[in-house]
Amino acid sequence: MHRQEDEKTKRLETELLLEGIFRRYGYDFRHYARASLARRLDLQLRRHKLAHISALIPVLLHDQAAFDLFLQDMSITVTDMFRNPHFFQELREKVIPKLKTWPYVKIWCAGCATGEEVYSLAILLQEENFYDRCQIYATDYNNRSLAIAKDGIYGLDKIKNYTANYNKTGAKGSFADYYHAKYDGAKMNEGLKRNIVFSHHNLATDSVFGEMNLILCRNVLIYFDQDLQNRVLDLYAASLCAGGFLCLGAKESLQFSSVVDTFDPVSRKNNIYRKNYARAEGGHG
Amino acid sequence: MAELYRTVVMGASAGGMSALATILARLPKDFPASVVIVQHVKEEGTDGYRAVFLGKRCPLPVKEAIDKEPLKRGIVYLAPAGYHLLVEETGTLSLSVDPPVNFSRPSIDVLFESAATVFGERLIGVILTGANSDGSHGIRKIKEYGGYTMVQAPSEAEVPAMPLAAMESADIDAVLTLAEIGGFLTGIGDHPIPEAPAMPHQTTTI
Ligand SMILES: C[S@@+](CC[C@H](N)C(=O)[O-])C[C@H]1O[C@@H](n2cnc3c(N)ncnc32)[C@H](O)[C@@H]1O
Repeated sequence: MHRQEDEKTKRLETELLLEGIFRRYGYDFRHYARASLARRLDLQLRRHKLAHISALIPVLLHDQAAFDLFLQDMSITVTDMFRNPHFFQELREKVIPKLKTWPYVKIWCAGCATGEEVYSLAILLQEENFYDRCQIYATDYNNRSLAIAKDGIYGLDKIKNYTANYNKTGAKGSFADYYHAKYDGAKMNEGLKRNIVFSHHNLATDSVFGEMNLILCRNVLIYFDQDLQNRVLDLYAASLCAGGFLCLGAKESLQFSSVVDTFDPVSRKNNIYRKNYARAEGGHG
Repeated sequence: MAELYRTVVMGASAGGMSALATILARLPKDFPASVVIVQHVKEEGTDGYRAVFLGKRCPLPVKEAIDKEPLKRGIVYLAPAGYHLLVEETGTLSLSVDPPVNFSRPSIDVLFESAATVFGERLIGVILTGANSDGSHGIRKIKEYGGYTMVQAPSEAEVPAMPLAAMESADIDAVLTLAEIGGFLTGIGDHPIPEAPAMPHQTTTI
């Protein structure tokens, strides 16, 4: 029975810690999915050789370096170029032709991590001869990741895998055309950056910044609990124009969300959705 | 009314597909709990196939878990390749791409440890054949939180390392053959959680 009590105490300590972090730094983790969060807090306890989550409060509130490390642990940055190639193929075949019916298109890549996904998108748009009519906003709340994204230099060891992924997207060129090897890295062509703006944006606390035609938010929502997922999805629904597209990660779905009726599925396999027109008219003015 | 078992978590690695199929084939159509499975896989994108393979052999629907999906009784959920699968306090499943644990993602420990804290004594944990020791911490936590623990008899397992590691780590309640595990699970709807779980089937001692 006392196990249950322990769990209750742990929950309380976790809430106090997250509240403290929010009020001290403005980073809001209060609605992150708790089960994974609990594991990451265990990791912090081991790192600082502490027994209780409440003991992390003074450490993380007073020691900026410790907090920075915590922030790094909280943003799982794993990403790839053309991650899930079939998704990019469908983007090419099912979404881009529709986007082309608009004269000018705004794209929001939310939770872009270190940028691989954004460059993949830019390559795709370029190959479809559409890039010059696009503006991409690439955002993340992790400044360290954003800095890497802006540099656009990736390990040469990954190129083989990226090339293989690229080739599975219905590619029209050769991946080697988009980077040049430099020292031990592959630097993405500067030209790819011409229509990308990288900026800091926290999905948990910041609001919409314009009307979008396409939003990519892949493998980010899984970090959030249901409430925060719904908040962010409401944000996307408000931000998208009627007929705009929303793309989620491979294992993410609107099925269990509050906006399920606002969108129609375009690809069930790759979780691509389209904001329906009927809703949009009566909805967010 | 006495509480019933709500959830069964199972972990399997090398040789796991046929072991899982053997157990799942025995579950009744009206199985009163949900079943959540981590089976180690190397390749991403193999999920659809695994769910179909097991679904053909099991009277219950078998599906790959989706993030924030509410757990339902009588459904078998598989962790997708490349994602950890966890249970939330709210009774939903969640996925994560946090770093691998025991070189595995999905990891059995990650599932079992989260399920133990949520379901306590209403949980059954099962460790099957495998060549590593993933799950040995998780099964101990299930036991600590009052759940019921089983492992496949090492003598029967295609690769006995994982059941042996579990037995090393925790005082396992029952060491059973696949047929016996299936039989045990089939009966869980008929009786509430026993005070000190009595063995419906003969325990194989090693
Ligand atoms: C696993 S990466 C996904 C990268 C890319 N979208 C992909 O699918 O490959 C998740 C990203 O979400 C970001 N993230 C997590 N919480 C966030 C928040 N509240 N606001 C903005 N970004 C967040 C993390 O910093 C991380 O870069």
